[in-house]
Formats: sequence, structure tokens, C-alpha cells
Amino acid sequence: MRSLYYLLQKEFRLIFRNPAILRLIIAMPLVQLILIPFAADYEVRNIRFSVVDDDHSTYARQLIQKMDASGYFKLVDIVQDQKAALDKVGRGATDLIMTIPRGFEKDVVAGNGGTLFLAADAVNGMKAGMGMSYSRQIIADFNQEIRSEWIPVMPRGTLPLIEVQSSAWYNPHSNYHWFMVPGILAILVTMVGSFLTALNIVAEKESGTIEQLNVTPVSKIHFILGKLVPFWLLGIVSITISMGVGWLIYGLWPVGSVLAILIYAAIYLLAVLGIGLFISTVADNQQQATLIAFFFMMIFILMGGLYTPVESMPDWAQWISRCNPPMYFIRGIRAIYLMGSSLWDLRWDVFITFGFAVFFNGLAVWNYRKAAR
Amino acid sequence: MKIFLAFIRKEFWHVLRDKRSLMILLGLPVVMMLIFGFALSTEVRNSSVAILDLAGDDISAQIIDRLDASQYFNITHKLMRFEDLEVLFRENKVRLGIIIPAGLQKDLLGEGEGAIQIIGNAIDPNTTTTTIQYVSAIIADYQKELWGSEDLPYRIDTEYRMLYNPQLVSAYNFVPGVMTLILMLLGAMMTSVSIVREKELGTMEVLLVSPMRPVLVILSKAVPYLALCFLDVLIILLLSYTVLGMPLRGSLPLLLSTCVLFILTTLSLGLLISTLVESQQVAMFVSLVAFLMPALVFGGFMFPIENMPKLLQIFSHVVPTRWFFEILKTIMVKGLGLAFILKQLIILSGMTLFFLVIALRKFKIRLE
Repeated sequence: MRSLYYLLQKEFRLIFRNPAILRLIIAMPLVQLILIPFAADYEVRNIRFSVVDDDHSTYARQLIQKMDASGYFKLVDIVQDQKAALDKVGRGATDLIMTIPRGFEKDVVAGNGGTLFLAADAVNGMKAGMGMSYSRQIIADFNQEIRSEWIPVMPRGTLPLIEVQSSAWYNPHSNYHWFMVPGILAILVTMVGSFLTALNIVAEKESGTIEQLNVTPVSKIHFILGKLVPFWLLGIVSITISMGVGWLIYGLWPVGSVLAILIYAAIYLLAVLGIGLFISTVADNQQQATLIAFFFMMIFILMGGLYTPVESMPDWAQWISRCNPPMYFIRGIRAIYLMGSSLWDLRWDVFITFGFAVFFNGLAVWNYRKAAR
Repeated sequence: MKIFLAFIRKEFWHVLRDKRSLMILLGLPVVMMLIFGFALSTEVRNSSVAILDLAGDDISAQIIDRLDASQYFNITHKLMRFEDLEVLFRENKVRLGIIIPAGLQKDLLGEGEGAIQIIGNAIDPNTTTTTIQYVSAIIADYQKELWGSEDLPYRIDTEYRMLYNPQLVSAYNFVPGVMTLILMLLGAMMTSVSIVREKELGTMEVLLVSPMRPVLVILSKAVPYLALCFLDVLIILLLSYTVLGMPLRGSLPLLLSTCVLFILTTLSLGLLISTLVESQQVAMFVSLVAFLMPALVFGGFMFPIENMPKLLQIFSHVVPTRWFFEILKTIMVKGLGLAFILKQLIILSGMTLFFLVIALRKFKIRLE
């Protein structure tokens, strides 16, 4: 036990004497929390559109006006012909071309049906798809307005009407920041835990000081505990700071209990540290450790449901994400933060996370050898 | 020149003998292409839905059938009480609750109006909003069936054309994106870490007293990574063509030469980092936080830049990946030529020159 105490003292001194790491633990949450929620907004707004207006009618003007005022589209300019418009799309100066053909208004009024042509830059398929459904809605609205101008009273009561009332719980204004902030907290803990630990033991290998430790009577378990505990505490400090930052910038404070978040984070950190430790027992030098950690963290985070819903993945990918520790923690911390779930609500997730912790740490202890190979 | 070649050979052995890193460096693009190509999707599918059917009549049964048949939802829970919904939400079991009120059929046929309530768990606002839209659309379709089809007068039709990507394949967007990320990782991060490693281990001293000019010592370290980056570009292009079925519409030589330009940009960034820091850990975190993350966030392939606050939009101009992503899109997907990417090429070349000049001026021959 005494040897563990001295080991911990050594590790803490090492950390506190390295200002780079301390700065990192403060700077990373700040940068990520300020940058990502503002930048990572999937909502599609401000789609730039150009108009080729061959009709020059009142309806054409009204429609352009309506599109521009909707908030989803931003009128760039009115172009002479189709070719000039396509050229603009090629240069990336506009995203959508709306062509209003000659005689559009006349056709609508005459009852033949007028046709609009829309061409979208579809390199980003998601954006183009959203643009399509927004414009469809705006045009349908416009259509309805015209119709009610001509037929003031729609026959009512003859046709049964099903009204759909929808409400959004837990995030009534559908604020995307609320979705991202807890997710980023989870990623932060993951990065701090895995990268720092992975690099730490390898640094001792590389500088040769591990040989000195190996010839001391320090036991395997004590050695690994000595490496684990400081980063475990740092991770908890880091998530606490981040929660404060999230409150300061976004005014978002957990609905559920802070203690529940910290307890879950503590358990999750054990799993992440275990992964870091395991990587460090496998890698020979820091460059390798970096790469291996980066490789797995990239897969874990991409497949963890941070940006894209896990349920949309194909079955095989969902099976893989079931073995993905960040997936459980990301959805857990979101649930506690926004819905006020308790640890009991998330009992299975917590239990599985604990299982990961046992598994990875066991693997790391098993793989760490004091004797040179 | 002969010594320079010998140095380059040494660096190549250095990289090639580390089998584990090499495997990851070549495997990373493959895995990323597979994940982005097959696993991730922003589409909504298989959302879990709970239904509280208080009506229990023909119409409610028909609506539930329609919803169940859709690939967008799975009806996983049939509720008996409203209170159960909240428990399901809190345990992350369902995304939506649909409540069909008692007497729906009577209301519809009698008063001609009825209401269905949808409650979404808006923790993930976008996905939930989309799912709610799908439910509304299905109910609207059902309503139309009740009415019987009838063309309304004063109709406006809309014809859509999806330029460059009629099927809205997501690969067209992410293949260029993955390419920018991989090159950034390899070029900037790996180069800087490998140079700083020599500083940290003290072997840099040995290299600097060799008869080679110190600048060439450093440049020789970048050469293997240039080759590796280029190999990764080829792997990505090959995979996107064969596995993902993405055509290459523009000219291949133009594409490859712009890739070389961008690789040079990332390598000069790597050199710059390596002259500024002293330890591998710091080099790694600097490239991770200051370069890789902005590359991901401001690259333009994950998050649309035009939605960002003005300040961030301005900031995105100094992120090299943004320009390279535009070049790749223009050549690969739009199939356009040099005339359309001149601006981006000039900006990237300027950045490269800028990084190189600073790196060379900061480069110290003497060790403190």
C-alpha cells in the first residue's frame, strides 16, 4: 500500500510539472465546447438560390419573395438564362436554381397547371434533399394561397380532417446545442482518458525509465493503479469544468442529478482508461500509441451516435456499436442531462459500462509484463 | 545529392519497419470509407415508436397498420396508460409516442374532425423532427385515401432535378471529405511527431552534425510521408470507384496533381509544428486540437459552413481543408476543369509557401 502511495506521488508530480498537459485539460473542453456546438449544426438554413425568371409576372415575383422570406432560402440573384445559372452552380456560387417558365402565371390561372423547374447542387445529398422538401412545402403553401384567392370558401365538413398535433418533450425549442453539449462532454472524457493514459506508459518505455520501475519490488497491480488513479481524477475534474462551461455559455445545466453524471462518468472513465492502458501495453513508442488510440477512438466516436442516430445504421453496424463503450455513455449522459433520467433508469447501460471497465483493465494487467521479452 | 538519397532511404526504412503503424496508416482510409459508406446515415430508419391507442376502432387500427408497414418506424411498445410513455423515454427505449384519442372514428365521421397527438423525445431534435414529419405524411396520405382522389384546380407542379448526384448518394460528399482528413492526419500529425521524436530521443543531435545541410535532414523526413499520403489517395480513389461505385468525372491527372499540392500543404504544416514544440505529446495534441479538429469541423463536408455564425465562417477561410474539399468536389463530382478551381489553388499554394517560410525561419540548427 505504501508503495502505491509513493507511486501516486510520483505520477502527480510528473503531471503537475508538465504545464502542457494541464493547459490541455483546461483548453480542450473550452475549445470543443465553444466551437463544436456552434459549428456542428445539421439544420439546413440559408440555402442560396438563383432565379431564372422568364415569366416576369406577379405570381413569379410573389413566389420569389416568399422563398426568400422563408428563412430557409437566400436569394443570390436573378440570372439571365439557364446556362449562366448552371455555371454559377459549378463555381459553387449558388446551391439551387429556380426556373419560372414563360406563361407560368397564365397556365396556373387557366387551370392547366403551371410547372416550376428546380435544379439543386446535390453533391451533398442530405442538404439537397432538405432543400427539396423545404421548397416543396413553400410552393405548396403558395399554391394554397392562390387557390384560396380564387375559391374563397373551401367546402368544409364534407371531408373528414385528421389533425396532427405534435409536441417536443425535453427540448421544447428543438435546440441543437442541447443535443451536442452533453455529447461533447462524453467525447472529452473519452479523449482525455484514452490518449493521456495510452501515451503515459509508452513514454516511460521510450525514455527507458520503465526498466527502472520493473526492477523495483512494485507489483504489477500497484504499477497500473499508480498510472490509473491520476488520470481518473483528471478526467473527473475535466468533466466538472466542462459542465460549468456548458452552463456559462449555453445556460444548460443537467435536469438530472449532477452526482449521477459524476458517478456514471467515473465508471465510464475506468473503461476508457483501461482501453488507454491496454493500448500502451501493446505499443512500442508514442507515435504508435497515438495512431492506435486515434484509430480506435475515431471508430468508436463515429459509430457512437454523436452525430448520426445509431438506430439508422444497418444491423451489422448496430451489433458492432453494442460493443462500443462511448455509445452507452453518450446516450446515458444525454438522458441524465436533458430528461433527468436516474442511474436506475440506465441500470443496464451502467452495468455494461462497468463490464467494459473490468474487461479492458483485466486485459491490460494481463498484457503488461515486467520481464523483458 | 547522394547523401540526401541515403537519408531518404533511412527514413523509408524507419517507416516501413514499424509494421504496426504502417498497417494502421494504410488501414485507416479503408475503415473510414467503409464506416462512412455503409454504417453511418443521417436518414431516419427503424425509429422505435410507442402507441397508446385509446380509440381501438377501425380507423385507428388502419392508421397503426400503415405506420407499422413503413420502414421508418418499428412499433415496439403498445401502451395502456399515458404515464408509461415517460418511463420509456427516460430509459431511452422509444423516440416517439403516438396517442390516438378515444372515439376518433366517431369524431371523424360525425363532426368531420379528429386529432392525433405525437410526442417526440427531442433530445436529438433533428432526427425527431424528421420522424414526426414522416408520421404526419403517412397520416396525411391515409386522409387522402379517405377523401378519394380529387384534383384541385389552380395547381402548381414542381419538377426537380438533382445536379451531379441524381440519386443523392452520400458517398459523393464524404469520399472527398475522408480524403482531406486522412491527408491532414498523415501529413501534419505523423510528420511532426516523427521529427519531434528525434528531438526528444536526442538523435536529432547526431543527425545535425552530419555533413548534410540541416534543412535537408528535416525535408528527408517528410519524403516517406509524401509517398504514404499519395498511396492513401490511390487507395481511397480505388475503393470509391470499385466498392462504392462513385464515378470520377473530372481529369485524373489534374486530381492527382492537386492532391500532391495539398499533401505538400499538410507536410509543411507538420514541419512548422515540429519546429515549434519540444515533446511528442504536445506535437500530437497541437495537431489534434489545432489542425485535425478544425479540419473536421470547418472542412465543409460534415457541417454546412453557411449555417455557422459569421465569425466562424470568416475563420473557416484559414482552414486549408476547406479549400481542398472544394477542389475535390469540383473535379471528382462536378467534373469541371482547372478554370473552376483557380482561386482555391492559389490560396492553397499561398498557404503552403507561408507555412514553409515560417518553418524554415524558425528552424534552429543549434540545440538549446
